[in-house]
Amino acid sequence: MNLLTLVLALPLAAFLGALCLPRSSSGRTSRVWALVSSLAIFATSLGLLAWFDRTAAGEQFLLDVPWIGTPNIHFAISVNGVSLWLVLLSTFLTPLCVLISWNSIKDRCKEFYAFLLLLEFGLVGVFLAQDLFLFYVFWEVCLVPMYFLIGIWGHDRRIYAAVKFFLYTMAGSVLMLAAIIYIYNKTATFSYPAILEMLANGRLTFPAGEQMLLFLAFFIAFAIKVPLFPLHTWLPDAHVEAPAAGSIMLAGVMLKMGTYGILHFCLPLFPSAARACAPWIGVLAIIGIIYGSLVALVQPNLKKLVAYTSVAHLGFVVLGIFSFTQPGLDGAVYQMLNHGVSTGALFLFVGIMYERRHSLEIADYGGVATVAPWLSTAFLVTTLASIGLPTLNNFVGEFLVLQGTAIANFTWTVWASLGVILSACYMLWMYQRVFYGVAGPEVRGHIPDLNVREWAAILPLIVMMVWMGVYSQSFLPPVGKITASILEQTNVNVPYRVSLPTKPPKAPPAAPQPTEVADAR
Amino acid sequence: MPASPVFAFNPQDVLRFLPEIILTVMGTLLMVLDPLIHKRSSNAFGHISLLALAAALGASVYAYSIGGPAFGGMLMVDGFATFFRVLVIVVGILTILPSYRFLARQNAETSEYHALLLFSIAGQSLMAASNDLIMVFIGLEISSIASYILAGYLRDDKRCNESALKYFLLGSFATAFFLYGVAIVYGLTGSVNLLTIRRAVLHQAAGDPIFLAVAAALMFVGLAFKVSAAPFQIWAPDVYQGAPTPVSAFLSAGPKAAAFAIFLRIFVTAFSPIGNRWEPLVWTCALASMCIGNFAALLQTNIKRMLAYSSIAHAGYVLVALTARSDTGTAAAMFYLASYAFMNVGAFSAVTVLTGKGERYQSIDDFKGLGRKQPLTAALFSIFLLSLIGVPLTGGFFGKFYVFKAALDSHLYWLTVLGLLNSAVAAYYYLRILVVMYFQEPGEATNAAEPLSPGLRLALLVPALGTLFLGIFPTWVLEFAGKSSAIVK
Repeated sequence: MNLLTLVLALPLAAFLGALCLPRSSSGRTSRVWALVSSLAIFATSLGLLAWFDRTAAGEQFLLDVPWIGTPNIHFAISVNGVSLWLVLLSTFLTPLCVLISWNSIKDRCKEFYAFLLLLEFGLVGVFLAQDLFLFYVFWEVCLVPMYFLIGIWGHDRRIYAAVKFFLYTMAGSVLMLAAIIYIYNKTATFSYPAILEMLANGRLTFPAGEQMLLFLAFFIAFAIKVPLFPLHTWLPDAHVEAPAAGSIMLAGVMLKMGTYGILHFCLPLFPSAARACAPWIGVLAIIGIIYGSLVALVQPNLKKLVAYTSVAHLGFVVLGIFSFTQPGLDGAVYQMLNHGVSTGALFLFVGIMYERRHSLEIADYGGVATVAPWLSTAFLVTTLASIGLPTLNNFVGEFLVLQGTAIANFTWTVWASLGVILSACYMLWMYQRVFYGVAGPEVRGHIPDLNVREWAAILPLIVMMVWMGVYSQSFLPPVGKITASILEQTNVNVPYRVSLPTKPPKAPPAAPQPTEVADAR
Repeated sequence: MPASPVFAFNPQDVLRFLPEIILTVMGTLLMVLDPLIHKRSSNAFGHISLLALAAALGASVYAYSIGGPAFGGMLMVDGFATFFRVLVIVVGILTILPSYRFLARQNAETSEYHALLLFSIAGQSLMAASNDLIMVFIGLEISSIASYILAGYLRDDKRCNESALKYFLLGSFATAFFLYGVAIVYGLTGSVNLLTIRRAVLHQAAGDPIFLAVAAALMFVGLAFKVSAAPFQIWAPDVYQGAPTPVSAFLSAGPKAAAFAIFLRIFVTAFSPIGNRWEPLVWTCALASMCIGNFAALLQTNIKRMLAYSSIAHAGYVLVALTARSDTGTAAAMFYLASYAFMNVGAFSAVTVLTGKGERYQSIDDFKGLGRKQPLTAALFSIFLLSLIGVPLTGGFFGKFYVFKAALDSHLYWLTVLGLLNSAVAAYYYLRILVVMYFQEPGEATNAAEPLSPGLRLALLVPALGTLFLGIFPTWVLEFAGKSSAIVK
């Protein structure tokens, strides 16, 4: 029983506790319960950060308990430099979600907060699981609470969105299950570290064709979650229809399940297939960036606009991962965190605005800055962060990703940079239409400025945006250690990579580059 | 010709046969007691049959401890038999729990309902333990005839009558197929004992292989009907829809489990030497059942009909495990049937809560807003549905996991991929029930629903706990299944 177990067990305990609240209890009781427990969970996870050895690479806080005898399934969890941040992101966003839902969720409060806590449990579990089977269990467990969050507390087309969300993810993940079973039949273990070790010392190899199929089985499941163009169609529906807290968790953390999965499982397990597919995936990611940006540009719906920016931003993450360079991978991970913070904040603002004006149409706003100056200022900071203004968080991530892709394939960089420009267009134009201009009577009457509770939800996010933008050194070193080892693993068991003649000459300059970058930062 | 076995009376034989004896005696006793028990205390019938089932459960476990062949090898009490005996008896218990309230609601509390149920279970339990085609046939008939009557138990109801008639006609037709197969096998090998048949088939002393294949195919048809596998599934939706809901629950789990037990015994024991001949047959059937079941269920509006199609699809999943033709496959099928019994009987019990007098409310839309009106019922129903979908931490997920693992072990890649995609399709229609229960406002049926009676509460809680137990701690059941699957041969 170490600290990590506690971080994983507390959300489950809080969920069960919320379920046990008597039916007669008021909504306030469940709100307070959810807030207190989620803050306690966050505090515990900060302890994780305190005791995390930042100088060491590899997995820490290992826990490995046999769960099922045959087949040999273990309850194996541990944390590394990447998953640590993602766990912290989940535990950080959950209390903010509770705060933002404080007044907007009136119906069936107890169930709402119970599902939110169950979702947190699933998300933390996904990032910690080191047993493929356990990973799949948590992966699916996340699905159920999110399905209910969208379906019960969502907007008008919530049922359609919830079912679509569930079916998309389910269809993708059953193939991943088949691949997991296949790997088990081959290796007789679900333990991920053990499989990696077998790969490293050559006791296990996946022949090219088999590796490609397995890679695709995993990758499609992850790509649906990311979502990578053209598998993204569930996302606008789910985001728009979900309640504010649901959107925040969905965009902030759930999408990262996909990118984390690609980084953590696809690359080390199937390096040659990943490299073989990289050109195609890179192109899809770029299409996603540009397509997402263009669609966001013409969205009349505020929430849908933010949803499409997610497609674009996650495109950057995928692009960074498939550049197979140190800055690219670092940037991808950093961009995952940035997107969690800044898009989480954007959805939070959208939730706040909806609570006031009960509309998501951009046309229904205008001149908000005159009536709610603080709200506008805070929103502006978030907007600028999302665009990627230097000194705010997204800049660092996007810069690293673009640098990584420049090393791998300069054409990609050119195209992806277009996305950065477009992001400024759609975000600023949206900001202009919503906050500037003449305030109509509805806006004047219905939009008060931020109150204390909302400040409490927003301020931590803005602090994080600035901190992550100004001093990335407090986050990146542990990430770099893990991404370096993942890159190393992608060089193991690559039988036909040698046949790509263009890559090796480019590879040597890639090595010194990262250190220069680190110094430059 | 094998030497005819010597039938010397052995007291142990009787003990190994004890569960069936208890069930038959208690069933008869119920009929005798009928005039003596005052109508007011009609719960007594239910109590007596619960008692009988509990005793039979104990007897099965005891019989396992002194396991071995009985009556000159006609019965074989081994782990496999015990697994299925316990399973059908538990299904019986889970059927009686919702029956209390259901029968009271329809004013149809009689002893014959319970007596027939006990007889049917006795037949199934006999099937599970038989090691001889004649015993299989007798068990099959005892079980089937009792269930034909049960399906038409509410005799004033038109649908109920249709259900019984259809079940009877098609069922007896299928039994005839089975019997025809038995006759040919007897002609070819001169024996009805499964082990003797296996020896004959193994040493190619069974005459013309074509005839043997024909016999296997005929028996396959008979059994495929009993487990409602495509293309012999036509009867299932009508029968499940028309039969009283607890009886539908019973029919979808008990006879099916027993028929699968026989399926496994015959095809994994006697016909395993010609496995590569029947494998394509089962392969096709498995795929057809999954596809037909799942795609037809998408279109249903009646919840019992939908669950019927879903049970066809689930028969398909079990057939996938059968196609694997391995010990892991047998164990997977056993585990799957156990978790299926819990989740499916539980789902039907949840339907019982709402159907009302005369089973008026059977439409999926009638479940509107159940989550608001009866949170406990809705929550437990959700557990069953999530388990039927195959969401982790439920028995249904582990069942599917083991089935497809066994299939991949035996290199059935296409069947696995198609089966898994099928289970994603299935998610849609199960989700529909969740949608109406939680995402819509209460309607007429949910407003009229009576509060949960203690019997129904138990009828929902027990299978829910069973489903979760199999989903979180499957080791124990799985190890037992794994151990017993090796004994079959």
